Amino acid sequence: MPKLTIDGKEIEVPKGTRVIEAAKKLETDIPYYCYHPGLSIAGNCRMCLVEVEKMPKLQIACHMEAMDGMVIRTNTEKVLKTRQHILEFLLVNHPLDCPVCDQAGECWLQDYYMKHGLYDSRVNENKVKKPKAVSLGPTVMLDAERCILCSRCVRFTDEISKTFELGIINRGDHGEITVFPGKELKNPYSGNVVDICPVGALTDKDFRFKMRVWYLKSGDSVCTGCARGCNIQVQYNLDRPHHTKGDRVMRLKPRFNENINKWWICDEGRYGYKFHDHNRILKPLKRTQERLEELAWHKILPEVAHGLTSAKSKLGVFLSSQLSNEELFLAKNLFKDELKIENVFLVPGNPPGFQDDFLIRADKNPNSKGAEALGFTSQDKAIHAFLADCEKGLMKGVVVFGSDILTGLKEKKVLQAVQKLEWSVFIGSNHNLMSEYATFVLPSATFIEKDGTFTNFEGRVQKFEKILEPLGEAEPEWRILVTLARELGIHFHFDRVEEIFKEMALQVDFFKGMTYEKLGMGGSDIRSMAAPTIPALEQDANIL
Amino acid sequence: MEKLISKYFIPGKTSFLADYLADGGYKAARTVFEKYQPKDVVDLVKQSNLRGLGGAGFPCGMKWSFVPQNTGRPVYLVVNADEGEPGTFKDKYIMYHTPHLLIEGIIITAYANNVHKAYIYIRGEYVEPYEKLKKAVEEAYAKGFLGKNIFGKGYDLELVIHRGAGAYICGEETGLLESLEGKKGFPRLKPPFPAVVGLFGCPTVINNVETLSYVPFIVNRGAEWFAKLGSDKNGGLRLFSVSGHVKKPGVYELPLGVSLREIIYEHAGGIREDRKLKAVVPGGLSAAIFTADEIDVGMDFDQLRNKGTMAGSGGVIVMDETTCMVKALLATMRFFAHESCGQCSPCREGTGWVHRILERIAKGGGRGKDIETLLDICSFMGGTTICALADGAAMPLRSYPTKFREEFEYHVREGKCDLDLVRHSEREARRIFI
Repeated sequence: MPKLTIDGKEIEVPKGTRVIEAAKKLETDIPYYCYHPGLSIAGNCRMCLVEVEKMPKLQIACHMEAMDGMVIRTNTEKVLKTRQHILEFLLVNHPLDCPVCDQAGECWLQDYYMKHGLYDSRVNENKVKKPKAVSLGPTVMLDAERCILCSRCVRFTDEISKTFELGIINRGDHGEITVFPGKELKNPYSGNVVDICPVGALTDKDFRFKMRVWYLKSGDSVCTGCARGCNIQVQYNLDRPHHTKGDRVMRLKPRFNENINKWWICDEGRYGYKFHDHNRILKPLKRTQERLEELAWHKILPEVAHGLTSAKSKLGVFLSSQLSNEELFLAKNLFKDELKIENVFLVPGNPPGFQDDFLIRADKNPNSKGAEALGFTSQDKAIHAFLADCEKGLMKGVVVFGSDILTGLKEKKVLQAVQKLEWSVFIGSNHNLMSEYATFVLPSATFIEKDGTFTNFEGRVQKFEKILEPLGEAEPEWRILVTLARELGIHFHFDRVEEIFKEMALQVDFFKGMTYEKLGMGGSDIRSMAAPTIPALEQDANIL
Repeated sequence: MEKLISKYFIPGKTSFLADYLADGGYKAARTVFEKYQPKDVVDLVKQSNLRGLGGAGFPCGMKWSFVPQNTGRPVYLVVNADEGEPGTFKDKYIMYHTPHLLIEGIIITAYANNVHKAYIYIRGEYVEPYEKLKKAVEEAYAKGFLGKNIFGKGYDLELVIHRGAGAYICGEETGLLESLEGKKGFPRLKPPFPAVVGLFGCPTVINNVETLSYVPFIVNRGAEWFAKLGSDKNGGLRLFSVSGHVKKPGVYELPLGVSLREIIYEHAGGIREDRKLKAVVPGGLSAAIFTADEIDVGMDFDQLRNKGTMAGSGGVIVMDETTCMVKALLATMRFFAHESCGQCSPCREGTGWVHRILERIAKGGGRGKDIETLLDICSFMGGTTICALADGAAMPLRSYPTKFREEFEYHVREGKCDLDLVRHSEREARRIFI
């Protein structure tokens, strides 16, 4: 392992490590634009030039491999002066339109100017004119004048999405990013180019002009769009509802996780956040023949409990793989173990879809694996039998969590079957066909409004945390279950998700040895669970 | 002075196979197959002090010895015929007048480096040289000098000519490789150097046309003879392309180390209309400029480097007293701004910025600190980029305003050229005489 010295501090790094990465470990700041740990080295921005002892010229830290005995200096006058001038070069043709630029506030040109620039402009010339507000595809807009030609986006489409839509045309300061003739930037991962663009050249059509980034707050979470469980950041705004027609969630960004999604997320996940604010069920509802009635929780739950007790075994429960491990565990305890209901089924919250060999999984639910670990398996035949019983009038009621079983099931006559029942309960966050039929509609929180864990398709248990308060009177499903159980005279002594997790870790083999606290926001891999303690996964800062 | 390559430079004439064979052609190629091991050829070229004549002047034999032969991958030979350095036109002459000399050099070099596939990357604008070269390659194939089992010695060598599309940067060796691989001509990060990871990821020998054209002579007449022709560690002759305000512009084959004064006044016939010499670019447009007082210098790689400029590609551009140095630099920087590939920020933005500043000065819009700004830009443009284009732009950018400071200051201050008066009176004088 080569040992090198950076600014007087020694460090030993694995062979093949780039100097820029070694410096990161020492928390030595070397600025860069074109370098990205997930992409090949382009070495074109020249911001990371550093002094290497015994080398006459400055060297770029992103390309140079750490060698034994190397002595690097990152803060000599020569380095600082060069850095300042490189930044000056980058801004020669930059339009400096920060007031109208969407990137302002998270722009690397702004940040580095304040840190490494701070010179007076010497540019008296006209700037090179290039196309502005060019639509590259359904998700991304290009402003070629703001572009610093770092080629990150080109390398992304070449190396990560492997869709080869982007290239650089023309030479010199007339160079510009563009799509190949007849192509558009349209691939399942296109949004990532906006994340990795260090300047305002590529902006997200979905986010453009919605909100200045300094008004955004951010919370860490896990994407529920598919079984991968990509780590994400939820960026939201609560202070300026007038800018956004009351929407809270403004955009999702990927969060680095070496073991799951690296630096990336798919567009499906990225733009699939609208349900947090739109089409929500805000209050508990009771549907009678005549009208729809809003009822308070303390009034509606006894009625639901009454329904459950009177129906006894003539009842079906449809759980969803959108529910967290803790909720599924509670539901299993309540319905299977305590109420001894036979017909407890798990149905996918969302129907299966597209899958690729990178991140996107066909299973569009975050917790199918967790459900499996808790003993829920596919029960198509049993569901068929249950629905047949419903139609025959043998069943009295049904409790449905989240999923729209009316359209989501493979069975055709679900609606007829459900209509034969005396009553039905729907517990969910958003309106769907089922919520239009259910006798009792109970509003639940979305995954950013509650705590819990999901188990991804590889068996990695990941924690997600409450970022926002639930909309309206919505409550997390686990709390609804605890309260409902109390109405039924069953006392679950759970006040927090941690407590449920602890109990689950005692009872269910799959979760043995895990503790909620140690899961961390990076998640734990079930396959590394052999060791009694869970290694805290290294969590790099959000490298976007 | 004996002519080696340039003896073939007869206007309008190309010496194709029959002529070339009659002149003792392909003797050297036969000799290496019969008498030498590949390593012997490398040693021979090392001893000859043959330097890379494309511009960098790297010792040719040493370059060959860096090529790893045990990687399990083929070794390629790429001939850089993308002669784009302004003021340089020697390779054009070689390929036009004596293409077989180049092919023979390629065969020997291929044998020395265990190469079975060679490429000639020829500048796109060189239409006639390309046609001559193409015909010569066809002749060589037909004669069995190229292809399978060449000279009946059981050695295979394929030779492909590839035409460039007109970018200066594709003459930079790694930009050339990218272009040859079908990509945009963006120079590569080094290391790895092309000798180790070159064309299609394989070890690659890259040499200039002129360099390889001297190899047959070295084989025929010995390394010692060749080394002695030149100066210390700069073996042999080289072709100087002389252009500009001289009476007899053209290609002159002279020993390395010949004095610049001799080239201009003896071989090129002196300055046109016997005017005063003002400045000389000694080694292609990327080289730092000399004033008239600095021409007593030996034109080889080491002496010129010591003088702060470079021998480069041997393009000597002569400027007489009627030349405006601001406009000369403007033309120079227009070229570099146009040809910068746009990869590295200092070069991409710097060359264009400098060009626009100079354009403004030339139009009479100079401002107080322009010259300082130019020199400052220059010091951060050179040495900070992937390839040497920015260094090549920085050399003239530093030397013109430094050596002709007063002229530049006059331009900035007065908003016009101090040569305008001279020119005006000259025009007046001519009108009277006519």
